[in-house]
Amino acid sequence: MRQRNWRTEGFGRGITLFCAAILILITLSIVYFIASKGLSTFFLNGVSLTEFLTGTTWNPDADPGKFGALPFIMGSFLVTVGAALLAAPLGIGAAIFMVEIQPGWGQKILQPVVELLVGIPSVVYGFVGLSVIVPFLRNNVGGLGFSLLAGILVLTVMILPTVTSLSTDAIRRVPRDLKEASLALGATRWQTIWKIIILRSSLPGLLMAIIMGMARAFGEALAVQMVIGNTPLVPKSLLEPANTLTSAITLNMGNTIAGSAYNNALWSMGLLLLLMTFVFILLIRYVGRKGQM
Amino acid sequence: MQSTPVVEVKNLNLYYGLTQALFNINLSFERNKATALIGPSGCGKSTFLRTLNRMNDLIPGVQIQGDIQVNGNNIYHSNTDIVHLRKNVGMVFQRPNPFPMSIYDNVAYGLRIHGLKDRKKIDQIVEQSLQKAALWNEVKDRLHTPAKGLSGGQQQRLVIARVLAVEPEIILMDEPTSALDPISTASVEELIQELKQNYTVIIVTHNMQQAARASDYTAFFLNGEVVEYGATDLLFTSPKNKRTEDYITGRFG
Repeated sequence: MRQRNWRTEGFGRGITLFCAAILILITLSIVYFIASKGLSTFFLNGVSLTEFLTGTTWNPDADPGKFGALPFIMGSFLVTVGAALLAAPLGIGAAIFMVEIQPGWGQKILQPVVELLVGIPSVVYGFVGLSVIVPFLRNNVGGLGFSLLAGILVLTVMILPTVTSLSTDAIRRVPRDLKEASLALGATRWQTIWKIIILRSSLPGLLMAIIMGMARAFGEALAVQMVIGNTPLVPKSLLEPANTLTSAITLNMGNTIAGSAYNNALWSMGLLLLLMTFVFILLIRYVGRKGQM
Repeated sequence: MQSTPVVEVKNLNLYYGLTQALFNINLSFERNKATALIGPSGCGKSTFLRTLNRMNDLIPGVQIQGDIQVNGNNIYHSNTDIVHLRKNVGMVFQRPNPFPMSIYDNVAYGLRIHGLKDRKKIDQIVEQSLQKAALWNEVKDRLHTPAKGLSGGQQQRLVIARVLAVEPEIILMDEPTSALDPISTASVEELIQELKQNYTVIIVTHNMQQAARASDYTAFFLNGEVVEYGATDLLFTSPKNKRTEDYITGRFG
């Protein structure tokens, strides 16, 4: 009996260990692969790191090639920050409504809506952006329509469900005790929501929601690529077209020869995306730990 | 019993949806006395306590009939200012619930939400309130540290200081020591003794000794009704009602 126990124990342990090992192996090898490709731009092809990070001219096919990736880096950051700035108040506002103001039908209607928004594939968002937002901007605001602003708007809608549902969780975790204590002191509902729920108890959770939204925005390629215009220039206004790291990779990867400087430069962009993801993860961990205190 | 009652409850009935939780309650509470509400779990004591500062308003489906007067004003009248009512009728909860802020900010919270901005004045009231709650000496050197760092008993006294800061007349306490250890309990009970000189205290408790020690009057609740109400020493030594006697001698509950 004991023998058999040990056997099944050992078997289960072996299988799960195998799964875990595979996962770790895959992650590490992807990181290694991207890093080796991405770094060879600098070590093999002799592109300087400063040029890559701060140069504004992107023309890898020229001789000598220009590898200034700043327009893409700026584009990625601008759409991410822009989308977060729009999605944060909208998402947190909706979450407050759902939890505090109208828990009954607010939840019944908003919850499925949020879930639906999560489930819509990004190409559909991009398509809607292309056929609604782009012409709308062109006709009513000016410019080509394909613009930084269009990218920001599409991303806002895409990360809204992430921000909303995580904010909802954060606000729901605020102990009932605290709300009651505030109300019992004569605070109005709005004072309680603002001073206790938002500014104090759920602040780490809300920040986490925004960071998760930003991480998603930063990594999104397809939908942004469809509406942002894809010009390798640093945009001077919200209405000018721009480009992002992700769309540069998806648009050009297929047209370059593996091992060429151009190809490697795209890998460097990928490496940059990966590093940013690490930064987001670190931020999330840091904020999460703060929240436990 | 010659002074005028500060809280007067007449023919109070309360329903949660279709279930009736309180049946025809008639009680009056005297100024600057401590009244204990005792009774087994689920008998409606806490529900009753929460009608006095309208905290039951937060629960959907609660219906209230009857009349509750604080200083002669019906608090369920449609033009009652709930903010003012809750400022005047403070509440201390079962578990210590300091806000996740510093000790100072906890006490100052009520002042700030009611619009007080004068720093000096806030400083002064925070100190006075902590002193009244017998906490000043223990925390005066760490006013700006998180309130969560205090012990359970200190947290509960902080919560009391927070209530005192907005200058209520009446303080409701809902089993204020049930989450505390015996030493902390003693410190809070001592405080209740002090408080009743200047405040009307209404305290829900499970602890019979606590009711006997800390209160002037006691009301015994059972199944949503007040079975007996009277001076604490009389109610505990010679209860008029058989059910009261059974309860206080520990035959049920």
